[in-house]
Amino acid sequence: MAHGILGLMRPLRSRLNASKIRLVLLCGVTEQHHSPAKWSERGFSSTQDGPGESSSEDQVTVHFINRDGERLTTTAKEGQSLLEVVVNHNLAIDGFGACEGTLACSTCHLIFDKDTFQKLGAISDEELDMLDLAYGLTDTSRLGCQVCVKKSMDGVTVRVPMDVSDIRKQLDVGKQSKQ
Amino acid sequence: RWLSSPAPAPRVCVVGSGPAGFYTAQHILKHHGGALVDIYEKLPVPFGLVRFGVAPDHPEVKNVINTFTQTAHSERCAYYGNVTVGRDVTVPELQRAYHAVVLSYGAEDNRVLGIPGENLPGVYSARAFVGWYNGLPENRDLKPDLSCDTALILGHGNVALDIARILLSPLQLLRKTDITDSSLAALACSKVKRVWLVGRRGPLQVAFTIKELREMINLPGARAVLDPADFTGLESAVKDAPRPRKRLTELMMKTALEKPVEMQAGAAAPREWGLKFQRSPLEVLPSADGSRARGVRLALTRLEGSGDSAKAVPTGDEEELECGLVLSSIGYRSLPLDPAVPFDSQRGVIPNSSGRVEGVPGLYCSGWVKRGPTGVIITTMNDSFDTAQSVLEDLQGGVLDASPFREGFGLVESILRSRGVRPVSFSDWQKIDAAEVARGKAAGKPREKIVDPAEMLAAAPAASKARQLWVLSTCELYTSRKGH
Repeated sequence: MAHGILGLMRPLRSRLNASKIRLVLLCGVTEQHHSPAKWSERGFSSTQDGPGESSSEDQVTVHFINRDGERLTTTAKEGQSLLEVVVNHNLAIDGFGACEGTLACSTCHLIFDKDTFQKLGAISDEELDMLDLAYGLTDTSRLGCQVCVKKSMDGVTVRVPMDVSDIRKQLDVGKQSKQ
Repeated sequence: RWLSSPAPAPRVCVVGSGPAGFYTAQHILKHHGGALVDIYEKLPVPFGLVRFGVAPDHPEVKNVINTFTQTAHSERCAYYGNVTVGRDVTVPELQRAYHAVVLSYGAEDNRVLGIPGENLPGVYSARAFVGWYNGLPENRDLKPDLSCDTALILGHGNVALDIARILLSPLQLLRKTDITDSSLAALACSKVKRVWLVGRRGPLQVAFTIKELREMINLPGARAVLDPADFTGLESAVKDAPRPRKRLTELMMKTALEKPVEMQAGAAAPREWGLKFQRSPLEVLPSADGSRARGVRLALTRLEGSGDSAKAVPTGDEEELECGLVLSSIGYRSLPLDPAVPFDSQRGVIPNSSGRVEGVPGLYCSGWVKRGPTGVIITTMNDSFDTAQSVLEDLQGGVLDASPFREGFGLVESILRSRGVRPVSFSDWQKIDAAEVARGKAAGKPREKIVDPAEMLAAAPAASKARQLWVLSTCELYTSRKGH
């Protein structure tokens, strides 16, 4: 089953590798993407490590609380977007990043704690426009494709919002929320 | 995670290869280690509205095709295009072949206005117009008449905005998209320079979303004409509205109050678009010789109630708007598929509970045919996961008994062969895909869509003459079934 997920993600990861250089530059200069990253551009040779391989550059620990309450912990490189982190590390978050980081959906919606949220870069109108369509929108919501990892975020915990079907799942199965 | 049982692998059939079908399949495959999923599609080509509904100038929205392609490539997933469920193979036959059948066939029809003059030349459903510029085979011969200067779109949803944008976009922007060549040629000759979007209710009830509105406001060469009077008295309602509604309404208000940009002397007059509120269509007016539409007679309405549930009630006053092109964008609509499947004609959906079809064990539904034809891809994604969850729960809990052996496509294949139907595989689709991309390359387009199903089949290997002829008669059957 796990290899099935990897199989699903592999082509997306290779596309992300190709555009990673460009994204890192964008994240370094500004704290948000004004124009959506073009995942479809290939042809860059990646000089960075392959996904999932740890290196001295992977210095920022990020925790994701999945919809079922499970904590997924991973290390990320500074400058990666949180969407890239999820994809590169094959985190089992259903349906995450449908439009591949082009600000055309809200499936990479993440919820932050107040302190971290306030330290994130300014949010653009384009991001707000898509966030407006997200399920379970909160005052500390952002789109993962627009938030880049910074060293100061080491140890941060972000939450994947529940949606309608998740709430039903919880009620049906009678699980205690681990959140 | 669900454990695979020692029993034979559950076989699941999904009818429809749009987002609902693919997301349902994806979720089942991901969360059940042994399930086998077959996806059926009536057209040779997959992806439904992602290919035929999403506007050509919204390519990012189509990125989901990548994740669907990965699903199709899974060893436990197979795609069978060119198979019309309900005719080539019935739902009861599918139920004999599979442990579970999921209906995700969407909404192929549209709501009708039900007013005199609706069938005059010059009046089209938005669904057909979108199908036309997106290369949907059944709409390829629409030949919409774009020789008038004013178009009226009835409806305030994203489809209405899409059509307004395609009608008024500078041609050089459209040229680089996957819009069909023939629609591009028609738009190049278009005289349409003014588009009104007319809705029954008010600004607080618009169904379109802010990204699409912003796009329209920023459209090069086009000017927004919004009447500030339409927004008086709404300030307090806006202040208390949830953020999405608030931002959307404030953007309309800001646009209404903005002074038009000074035109340079000698510059071509910009194209125009505007929103008209609280107007409900009574009649499409014919030209003097009765040969085509020349305008729409509208009832002015007032609102009873507020917010999403506000109702438009006629005041008794009327207005006429002149136009030569009328597009009815009042909603898509699902059709019943098979006598064996319950269908609520009033709501246009299959009666269900969390995707479990009422009264028919082993039958499920997802997407628009389950919930109604509204929402964006994330809505359908979540809904499909919900249905997939029901299937998984039923497998886990024994409600769905996966122990009896089911033949899956093995049984369906012999049925199809006996009826002269030859399915298109996913690798066949990839050949069609490659042909389209190659055709588009010369013109700098991502693809040039093939709009003739016979040509689609010819681009896939081993297409037989018999199959081509059969498909041609099939398309005539589609149009006659809808009574066009």
